[in-house]
Amino acid sequence: MTTQLDRERGQDPRRAGSPEAVSGRGRGWAPAEHAARPPGVRARRSGAITSRRHGLRYVAVMALLGGLSLFFTLGILGYGNPMPFGSSGYWLIAQMRIKTLLIIGVVAFCQAMATVAFQTATNNRIITPSIMGFESLYIAIQTGAVFFFGIAGVTMLTGLPQFLMQAAAMVLFATILYSWLLSGKFSNIHIMLLVGVVIGGGLGSLSTFMQRVLTPSEFDVLTARLFGNIGNGRAEYLPYAIPIALLAGGVLWWRARRLNVVALGRNTADNLGVNHKREVMFILLLVSVLMAMSTSLVGPMTFLGFLVATLAYQFADTYSHRMLFPMAMLIGYTVLAGAFFIMRHVFYAEGAVTLIIELLGGIVFLIVLMRKGRL
Amino acid sequence: MISLTEVTKNYGSKGSADSVQIGPMTVEIAAGGITALVGPNGAGKSTILTMIGRLLGVDSGRIEVAGHDVVNSPSKTIAKILSILRQENHFVTRLTVRQLVGFGRFPHSKGRLTAEDERHISEAIDFLDLAELENRYLDQLSGGQRQRAYVAMVLAQNTDYVLLDEPLNNLDMQHAVQMMQQLRRAADELGRTVLIVLHDINFAAHYSDQILAMKDGVVAEHGPPEQIMRDAVLSRVFNTEVTVIDGPHGPLAVYY
Repeated sequence: MTTQLDRERGQDPRRAGSPEAVSGRGRGWAPAEHAARPPGVRARRSGAITSRRHGLRYVAVMALLGGLSLFFTLGILGYGNPMPFGSSGYWLIAQMRIKTLLIIGVVAFCQAMATVAFQTATNNRIITPSIMGFESLYIAIQTGAVFFFGIAGVTMLTGLPQFLMQAAAMVLFATILYSWLLSGKFSNIHIMLLVGVVIGGGLGSLSTFMQRVLTPSEFDVLTARLFGNIGNGRAEYLPYAIPIALLAGGVLWWRARRLNVVALGRNTADNLGVNHKREVMFILLLVSVLMAMSTSLVGPMTFLGFLVATLAYQFADTYSHRMLFPMAMLIGYTVLAGAFFIMRHVFYAEGAVTLIIELLGGIVFLIVLMRKGRL
Repeated sequence: MISLTEVTKNYGSKGSADSVQIGPMTVEIAAGGITALVGPNGAGKSTILTMIGRLLGVDSGRIEVAGHDVVNSPSKTIAKILSILRQENHFVTRLTVRQLVGFGRFPHSKGRLTAEDERHISEAIDFLDLAELENRYLDQLSGGQRQRAYVAMVLAQNTDYVLLDEPLNNLDMQHAVQMMQQLRRAADELGRTVLIVLHDINFAAHYSDQILAMKDGVVAEHGPPEQIMRDAVLSRVFNTEVTVIDGPHGPLAVYY
C-alpha cells in the first residue's frame, strides 16, 4: 500500500496553500472529492479513510457482512418451517422467529458497542467488559437465587421488576467499582482492570461453590440459564431492552468524535481539551447499561464482544468510531445469526450458540491475527 | 506569560521519610522565544511542565498561562492556549501521520475538520518536513520521524504556548539538531512560546533564549544562557564538576 501511495505522491504537486492542498469539506470521515482536480492527483486531506483502496475495502466488507446477515435472517425466518407457505400457521411461526431475530439484533448491538467503547475507554484491546466481572455477577445472582430458594428461585428472577432490578444491580456494581477505582488514589486503569478480574474470579468461585451443593435437578435448571441462550432468550423484556439499549448506544454514537480522542490515551486527550477522567467514567456507565441489557436477555456471551471488536478493528482499520461501531454491530449480527442458524438446523442444539461462537470465532480470530500480526 | 505562584506538589505521604516535595516554586516565564528547563534527575522539571500543562494537578499554589488560571479554567479553553507533549506516546489506535496531526485541530473543530483545519494540518506537516510521510502509518516510521509527527500535532493545535517534555529523547545527533532548529523556527517565525525540558545543557545553551535551572524541586537559576553557562553555576546545579569553554558556536559545558 505504501508503494502505491508513493507512486501517487510522485505526481502530486502538493503545495501547501495551493487550492488543491485544501480539501473543500472535511466531513471527518467521508472522503472529500474534488471535481476539478486532475486525474491521478490526490488532494491533501485528513480523514478516517486513508486511501481509495481503504474506502473500497470498508464498503466491500460492509456489503459482504450485510449480505451474509440478510442471508441468515431469511434462513432463520423461512428455513424448515413445517407449515405450507402462505398459510396462517406459517406466518405465526415466522412471527415467533422474528422475536429471536430481535434478540440477536439487540445482543449484537449491545455487545459490539459496549466492547468497542470499553476498549477505547480503557485504552486496551484485550480486556472486555465480560472479563471485568460483569457476567460473573450475573452468574452469581442467578446461582444465588437457586441456591437459596431452590428451583422456585429461577421463577423469582423472572418478571419486569426483577429484570429492571437485575439490570440496575449490574449497573450499580459497575459504577461503584469504576468510580471507586478511577477517582481514588489509584487513578490507574491497569489497577482497575486487575481488581475487576480478581472480583470476577472471586464471584465465579463463589458461584461454582454454590453450584456444587445444588441438587442435580436444580443444577440442570440453573445450567439452562447460564448458557448464552438465544433460542430461549427472554423476549418479554424486549420492549424495555430495545429503547434502553438504543438510548445508550445513541449517546455513544453522538459522542463518537470524543471517543476518537479518548482512544489516544489520557495525556493526549487532556491536552486536546477532553476531560479524560470524566469522559471515561461516562463511557463506562453506558457500557455497563449495554452489558446489563445483553446479559439480562440471553445470559453470558463471554467471547462474542472480544471477537466482534477485534475483527472490526482488523477490517475497518481506522480510528473513527462512526466506522467501527456499524462494522462491529454487523459482524456481531452475522456471527450470532449464523451460529444460531447452524446450531438449529445442522446440529439441532440451538441452546448452545456460544459453543460455536467460541470454537469457530476463536479460529477465525487466530487466523486474522496471525495474518496481520497485530491487534 | 506563564506565571507560577507558590506552586507545590507532594509525592508520597506527607511527613514520611520517603516523601518528596516539588516547590514551593514562584517564577515568571516571559512570552516569546524558547525557555529550557534543565536540572538533574528528580529536580521536578517534568512535574512542573506537566502541572503547567494541567495534566497533573497541583497540591497548592496558582498557575497562570496568558492570564488564564490553568487549574480552574475549562480544559477546552486551555487547549486553545497551550499544548503539551509528554515523553511517552503510544497509541492503541493505528494512525497515519496526517490523521495524528489532524487530531491537533480537535480543540478548534471538535473533530469536524474544515478547510481551515486542513490548511493548518498541511502547514504543520510541511513545517516539520513530513509531507513525504504524511500518509504513512506511525508504526512504519523511525523513532525520529515519529517524534516529529507528535510535535507536528501540537503545532497544528496552533496554541501560543507549546510545552515539550524531553522531545530529544532517543533522537540521534542529526535528528536532535533538526528538531531544535525546527523549534527555533517555530518560536521565531510562528511566534510560539516554547517551554522545553532538556537534558543536554549544551543544546539548551545554544538554542534557547532563557534557561530555567531547577534543583531539589525549586528554581536554582533563571536567566539567559550566558548567565547560566558558568563553571560555578553549572557545577552547583548538576552536582558535577563542569568546565565551560569557548566553543566555535558559543560556550560549551564539558563535564566528563
